[in-house]
Amino acid sequence: MPEARIKISGGRLIDPENRIDDRLDLYIADGRIAAIGAAPDGFSEDVELDAGGLVVIPGLIDLCARLREPGQEHKASIDGECRAAAAGGITTLCCPPDTDPVIDTPAVVELIRHRAQQAGAARVVTLGALTKGLQGEQLSEMAALQRAGCVGVSNALKPLASTLVERRAFEYAATFGLTVFLHADDAALSANGCIHEGELSTRLGLPGIPQAAETVAVARDLALIQQTGVRAHFCRLTTHHAVRMVARAQFDGVPVSADVAVPHLYLSEVDTVEFGADYHFIPPLRTQEDREGLRKGLLSGTVSALCSDHQPHEPDAKLAPFPATEPGASGVDSLLSLTLKLVDEDQNLLADAIARVTSGPAKILGIPYGDLAVGRAADLCIYAPDSNWRLDDTSMNSQGKNTPFRGWEMPGRVRYTLRDGQIIFSSENP
Amino acid sequence: MSVNNLQIRNDGRLRHFLSTEGLNRGLLTEILDTAESFAGVAEQSVKKVPLLRGRTIVNLFFEASTRTRTTFELAAKRLSADVLNINVGASATVKGETLLDTLRNLQAMHIDMFVVRHSDSGTAHFIARHVLPHVSVINAGDGRHAHPTQAMLDMFTIRREKGADFGRLSVAIVGDIANSRVARSQIHALNLLNTGDVRIIAPRTLIPSHIESLGVRVFHDLREGLRDADVVIMLRLQRERMKGVVLPSEHEYYQLYGLTEEKLSMARPDITVMHPGPINRGVEMDSQVADGPRSVILQQVTYGIAVRMAVMSMAMQQKHSQDGDA
Repeated sequence: MPEARIKISGGRLIDPENRIDDRLDLYIADGRIAAIGAAPDGFSEDVELDAGGLVVIPGLIDLCARLREPGQEHKASIDGECRAAAAGGITTLCCPPDTDPVIDTPAVVELIRHRAQQAGAARVVTLGALTKGLQGEQLSEMAALQRAGCVGVSNALKPLASTLVERRAFEYAATFGLTVFLHADDAALSANGCIHEGELSTRLGLPGIPQAAETVAVARDLALIQQTGVRAHFCRLTTHHAVRMVARAQFDGVPVSADVAVPHLYLSEVDTVEFGADYHFIPPLRTQEDREGLRKGLLSGTVSALCSDHQPHEPDAKLAPFPATEPGASGVDSLLSLTLKLVDEDQNLLADAIARVTSGPAKILGIPYGDLAVGRAADLCIYAPDSNWRLDDTSMNSQGKNTPFRGWEMPGRVRYTLRDGQIIFSSENP
Repeated sequence: MSVNNLQIRNDGRLRHFLSTEGLNRGLLTEILDTAESFAGVAEQSVKKVPLLRGRTIVNLFFEASTRTRTTFELAAKRLSADVLNINVGASATVKGETLLDTLRNLQAMHIDMFVVRHSDSGTAHFIARHVLPHVSVINAGDGRHAHPTQAMLDMFTIRREKGADFGRLSVAIVGDIANSRVARSQIHALNLLNTGDVRIIAPRTLIPSHIESLGVRVFHDLREGLRDADVVIMLRLQRERMKGVVLPSEHEYYQLYGLTEEKLSMARPDITVMHPGPINRGVEMDSQVADGPRSVILQQVTYGIAVRMAVMSMAMQQKHSQDGDA
């Protein structure tokens, strides 16, 4: 029933962007938010969702999710991951350009959009490649990618050939007002590392990635951002030093934002002590001090988004000696719960935490979602705050079951997810 | 930590031998005592004992090795086990077979023990986690992580030379600590045996970060680091590391860190000189030192067989009695 009029009644509405946290009804018509509080004149609902005891927030926006299609369909599919995301309260997924083929032509953008529309679950937005084939040498056709719908450009995890390429890519992106999404990594320093360089890398004899691989890159990138005036975003920062550098740049008025990934807020290098492949991440899990620094940066707003960095894998990808395993964890199932868990002990911070997965990423991507203003597309996540669940292979909807959080008790269970006013997930009828 | 539990059975005995880290002094001492009893076997004209008769041991080497593989093979044969040598090299990955597939295929042939060497740190742990319950795994070197049998033969050598009281010893390890699995295993073993003073000596480019957390004192000057030392262990330095961003030249390395009679004079007069081999003469040490009266480099090789016999029999004998129980 695509054009249904829906009344969501009796829920606790939290909209961090508009500073709302109250028990209010919400009315949806024509796929958009029609009113909050009192019903609009002449409104009669086709459907009423009873949200008594539930929390109603904007649908989550996941700033980085690998959907594995096109190119790695043995790991996951757009259809499956968009449905899993919807079940996790996510209404928008941002897909980085390192698909196969790379998102460096409008055709790939179109393919992904088409597949996502067919799924009819979470919507997908894409980042275009900054350089052709992500090779780091020749600029991509950014204007064409933008026309095709890309919301920004990125070289994903791949390095650029030189600072000159970086400068020109920034300038060209700035020409079209495109935001550049950066993986802050000095490739020569991180070399073939697979774990944070520190006590654990020394004990385990694993090649390490020093903190300086990130901070050197942030310093270089910041200099070129200032030089070119491009709008830039640092993806998945891992060190507290880098967070401080970004805070300083923001203070100086540099147009730069940053995000962190969920695993880096809960885990650290210590967790790799048994060579557990589920703890293999690129960029790597850092120290406990870094973890605390990232949390602080997130809650203070220096880091304005939290993402799942969703990377579903087939089981074999993790069944090898640690350095030979593929990095990353499947994350869309637990993004909401692990965001809520962050503020378990201080509910005063709940709205801030929710902002980091809704309005925060919306602003970074420059997309008109992430809050509950009247007239906005009706993207909602409605969850039961007091209902816990356990993360395991059965409760995970993503095709990838690779997670370091297996067995964790998760707060907050999603009851309904709505995108453009359509119920794309209901726990009664999953 | 279950890494450690992985190596030790519920009754405290050895199940796998993956790393000296996480074992305890009792087990290390038992390995040394058992090796002592096997050292005599080598001196008999019939160099065999029937302890592992009927058992099959697979030497699974993904990385080239002559000395280690040979001593493992000899150790297994002297225990009367059947030995299969498999040099996988890169061929299996070329064929697209995963490590786990290789493992399962071999297990299907009813083998009892894997001796594994691989260039990836953590491989022995990975295999130990996936073998059948009756199969034991001995780590013959994984990446830069561990080489526990080499470390134990070094401990055996030190005990033979200096006696069982490690508490009064100063042991210095010199050279490429950063890339050495041997050094890591030695450091853990020395500390478990309560060694009074464990030192490492190298330029900063060869010392991994946070090495102090393993319980060592760091020196950058060889003379200073050797002062009053009882034992010095020289590590092999791969020649390719000497032309690039780690070290400027062989010449300068030898000048600063090459072991000569003159530098040795800083140490105690009865210092024992060790090297896991193979030696780069004129780089890590002078031939005069390597072949001199204080060098025990060849004894180390001999003892390697007894120590490997000890570890293999300990990991497998337990199985005998478990089989008996079943």
